[in-house]
Amino acid sequence: MTEIVFVLFAVVAVGGAIGVVVGRSPVASLLSMIATLASVAGIYVLFEAHFLAAIQVLVYAGAIMVLFLFVIMLLNLGHDYRADVKYGLWYLLSLVVVGLTAGALLQGFMGTGATGVRGDGAAAAAAIDAVVAEKGVVGAIADPLFTDYVVAFELTGLLLLVAIVAAVVLAKPRT
Amino acid sequence: MVLDYTSSFHYVLALLPELVLSAWGMGVLLVGVSREQEGGGGQELGWLALAGLAIAAVANGWLYSGVTEEGATAMIAVDRFRLFANWVFIIGAALSIVISLPYVARQRLQAGEYYSLILFAAVGMMFMASARDLMVIFLGLELMSIGVYALAGFNRRDRRSAEAGLKYFLLGAFASAFLLFGIALIYGAAGSSNIHAIAVAVQDGTIATALMGPGVALLAIGFAFKVSAVPFHMWTPDVYEGAPTPVTAFMAASVKTAAFVAFLRVFLVGLDGLYAQWWSILWWIAAITMVAGNVVALVQSSVKRMLAYSSIAHGGYLLVALVAANDTAAAGLLFYLLVYTVMTVGVFGVVIAVGNQTEENSRIEDYAGFGWRQPVLGVLMTVFLLSLAGFPGTAGFIAKYHLLLGAAQSSLWVLSVILVLTTVVSYWYYLRVAWYMWMKEAPETAGAGGRITTPFATRVVLVVSVAVILLAGVFPGAALDLAAGSIDGLRDLVAGSGVAAGP
Repeated sequence: MTEIVFVLFAVVAVGGAIGVVVGRSPVASLLSMIATLASVAGIYVLFEAHFLAAIQVLVYAGAIMVLFLFVIMLLNLGHDYRADVKYGLWYLLSLVVVGLTAGALLQGFMGTGATGVRGDGAAAAAAIDAVVAEKGVVGAIADPLFTDYVVAFELTGLLLLVAIVAAVVLAKPRT
Repeated sequence: MVLDYTSSFHYVLALLPELVLSAWGMGVLLVGVSREQEGGGGQELGWLALAGLAIAAVANGWLYSGVTEEGATAMIAVDRFRLFANWVFIIGAALSIVISLPYVARQRLQAGEYYSLILFAAVGMMFMASARDLMVIFLGLELMSIGVYALAGFNRRDRRSAEAGLKYFLLGAFASAFLLFGIALIYGAAGSSNIHAIAVAVQDGTIATALMGPGVALLAIGFAFKVSAVPFHMWTPDVYEGAPTPVTAFMAASVKTAAFVAFLRVFLVGLDGLYAQWWSILWWIAAITMVAGNVVALVQSSVKRMLAYSSIAHGGYLLVALVAANDTAAAGLLFYLLVYTVMTVGVFGVVIAVGNQTEENSRIEDYAGFGWRQPVLGVLMTVFLLSLAGFPGTAGFIAKYHLLLGAAQSSLWVLSVILVLTTVVSYWYYLRVAWYMWMKEAPETAGAGGRITTPFATRVVLVVSVAVILLAGVFPGAALDLAAGSIDGLRDLVAGSGVAAGP
């Protein structure tokens, strides 16, 4: 059962990602992206990462996507455009590259008979259950975030600051 | 002093240079927005940023002078490898700021944002060098890249600058995705994103090999893009040519240095046990990069573009050290990066002077007779070019010699031969500029107008850079010892330690 649901979500996620790239209008791309993000949230639920799934829906599929939609409408980009993907040789080439990569991955899985899962899955799941039981769903994420990974967390803040400065510099009217 | 992270103050101490520089970058930003817009070109902001770099250098020196960490498995490494790399970043950023001072004033760029973005990018580089965790490497890389994307497109009045910024941003984001996908696969295969834990897992054979191979390949692609190795170099000439010249100097010197430092730590420490799998990929990339970079540089008519291809070629030489993967080569790589930073920023400093703080006069014909008109700058340029070519007596020669020593130790004979032959090829395009400067008469029509004015500070810095290059070319002992000492113990694994706690 879980596998079927996973495959369903995975197909929608990958299909949506392709839709973002090949979509002819920005709005269509955006809707594909929402489908992708929602399916990823579904996959999080399968991992029993309920808090992540909720945040994924609230922040990405909700707030950020609405912001995107606002920008598209404000800039009046909602028209159809000529597809800017060049078909022909480049299209073929990119398909070949994607095929080769996928083939290499498949061969890796089939050839070694490995599922790609490292170690004992059941034991890992039990360990996660223990942590969740002790600290709660949010605490299981928040605790490492502000202890072991505090440097990465603060660094992300700095990264966002620099991104804002960069965006303001480039978007300022020319003087 | 030993940092064991029992008190949270140890976190601050371990990251002192980075924290000083981030805070200083925000300070420069604030001063920049609070001063009047029409002020005197923002030179004082540049000096303020330089003061921040000096303080960060002092903090770095304090860490170097005997602060160690307990365990050597934490997310942030406090080792000499990182601190040596930090010196190189500080030198690269400081030199870039000095050659920026007159340029930013003349082009009326927004000084506060300009200098603070350079500082923030330097912080990102420092995190890449200090990271013992793939996640921090990625965050540092993004911090550096986003700053540099904006700097490349900084000149809003220049279309080529905008094109460079956009091109670099799109392709850089694409490459970041490769890197991130590689990190995700390696995390899945090894069960940790900690480089030390990955190394231990590889050694113990507890990795999922099906995921590891593609992960390593994607990681290599991501890094190869950032060091502009040849199949992934397409963006380099356009971006280097279009970006404001001081930014090009910063990109060519420091961004490449940071990418190589992280490349070295991930591949020579974390993935050392998989050497048999990745060495042939890097071997081919190194060989193609050296050949293509040097050959294409031969036919360039723009000096900036020629230097872009020359920096691609230098990336190829440095990749040889990664393929060699021994301590001699690693120390040689650090020394090379130090020398490369000084001479690259120096050569761009003269290019800015020739262009008289604009983007003009960048064709090779514009250098005709320049040596006789500006003897000091002409001599400086000649020394920088000779050092880039690796002429005996300059630091560039010593650096290349030590790369070759490392390659010989790993019996990479074919790569060594390619390195030597392509170096010989490179003499042609470096010396062609020198030939134009000294042997060609300046055309009567062009360049009659302006005597080139270079500020005193820039001249002093260029002269000091040349003195360092010549000094290190004749007496390289001290710098080489420093580089060799920085590699000491880098690749030792702490026995019996798995996933590490700590910062």
